[in-house]
Amino acid sequence: MQHLLSVVDLTAPEAVTLLDTAEEMARLTDRAIKKLPTLRGRTVVNLFFEDSTRTRTSFELAAKRLSADVINFSAKGSSLSKGESLKDTALTLEAMGADAIVVRHPASGAAHRLAHAGWVSARVVNAGDGTHEHPTQALLDAFTMRRHLGELTGRRVVIVGDVLHSRVARSNVHLLHLLGAEVTVVGPPTLMPVGVESWPCRVSYDVDAELAKADAVTMLRVQTERMAASYFPSTREYARRYGLDARRLGMLGEHAIVLHPGPMNRGMEITADVADSDRAVIVEQVGNGVLVRMAVLYLLLGGAGTGGQAP
Amino acid sequence: MPQASQAEERPRLLMSSADVGRALTRIGYEILERNRGADDLVLMGIPRRGVPLARRLAARIGEVECDVPVGSLDTTMYRDDLRLRPTRPLEQTVIPPEGVDDRVVVLVDDVLFSGRTVRAALTALDDLGRPRGVQLAVLVDRGHRELPIRPDYVGKNVPTSRDESVRVQLSETDGIDRVVLLREER
Repeated sequence: MQHLLSVVDLTAPEAVTLLDTAEEMARLTDRAIKKLPTLRGRTVVNLFFEDSTRTRTSFELAAKRLSADVINFSAKGSSLSKGESLKDTALTLEAMGADAIVVRHPASGAAHRLAHAGWVSARVVNAGDGTHEHPTQALLDAFTMRRHLGELTGRRVVIVGDVLHSRVARSNVHLLHLLGAEVTVVGPPTLMPVGVESWPCRVSYDVDAELAKADAVTMLRVQTERMAASYFPSTREYARRYGLDARRLGMLGEHAIVLHPGPMNRGMEITADVADSDRAVIVEQVGNGVLVRMAVLYLLLGGAGTGGQAP
Repeated sequence: MPQASQAEERPRLLMSSADVGRALTRIGYEILERNRGADDLVLMGIPRRGVPLARRLAARIGEVECDVPVGSLDTTMYRDDLRLRPTRPLEQTVIPPEGVDDRVVVLVDDVLFSGRTVRAALTALDDLGRPRGVQLAVLVDRGHRELPIRPDYVGKNVPTSRDESVRVQLSETDGIDRVVLLREER
């Protein structure tokens, strides 16, 4: 694995190796001294052109647990807000000797551009590019599901909500399909992307019909910041037709779990009592995110020929 | 060289299944003798083949004295040659519930060579707690140490040259118990 740009690039064995490595990371960090010396002397740059709390801190913590040095660049308060181009920023980071660049950008394909334009020799990890992909989120969701449900082959996963703007949905559909799960995306027709029929999943517009068979339900955040036009009449109507409330929670099987990539709009796609119920594994997802990102950084930077300064 | 290729085809048998069994029995007794019993002992196998060896030693010790906890200690994340080789998958680390604090930890591995794996294991052990003592048991000591590390219990000392490799095979991992010497093409 050279970069992690898209889950579509992964083979099934690679995906399983990533999840198994994260499982070992759980064992290695479940003790008093959580730090490992593995990436000592490596530099990981978090390059965030979009706001993020959990993804950036999660990557930062993952890198620090592995003893890498971490530099955070965010658009606010840096030259990025003065209009510096991605290329010039990349050349700067290259000159500083970054071994890995974790990038989040509002434009789809930004991570791919950064990795393949020849600007940097660092490994590139996509931490979300526009409405395209968010591979580590998909990995941590799959990891969380696997811990609760066992192997995902034949498991039914339902993804509900704003599929159109969701890079989480796109990455999840492809990764879960790769791992053998049966995926269904559900949402209002206005929030389904063009070409969704070519995704390896079923499409439905009726939440209630899908819940009874589900082993896991992922509620997507309604991304109002990406919505220039109105995609649904009102928040209340959206919540009533597609939100997960106590009534719909009761329709789930007893073993089924509820996921949300965060940040949640409580009262919109998920009610507060569901978010705080014992079926929701949303807080656990955050912890698992660190483990999965440790696995990604280890597998990208742990071996020979990684980073610009390898011997 | 024709001789070299012949040696590659027919590996030399260093230890048979019975030899491996006898060596482990002797090491089990030596561990008990040295530590005056099995109280406070923890056996930690180094993956992969150190782990089944540690289990077998524990079974032998259990036959004579009491049961001892067995764990496994993956050294990958602590190796000093990580950057020299392709990324390795991680092996399992399992800490017995008794922990390692104030206990005597016996590290168990199949072959002792440069000593670098053992150094990594000692560093890894640092992050788990503070054992009262650490001892090292290996099935084969093949020499060529690069660090000041010596084993406490040895199944067999085998003088080797650097272009040879020692392969330990165990029924748990390879379906057969034996130790062979191979000539390696470098």
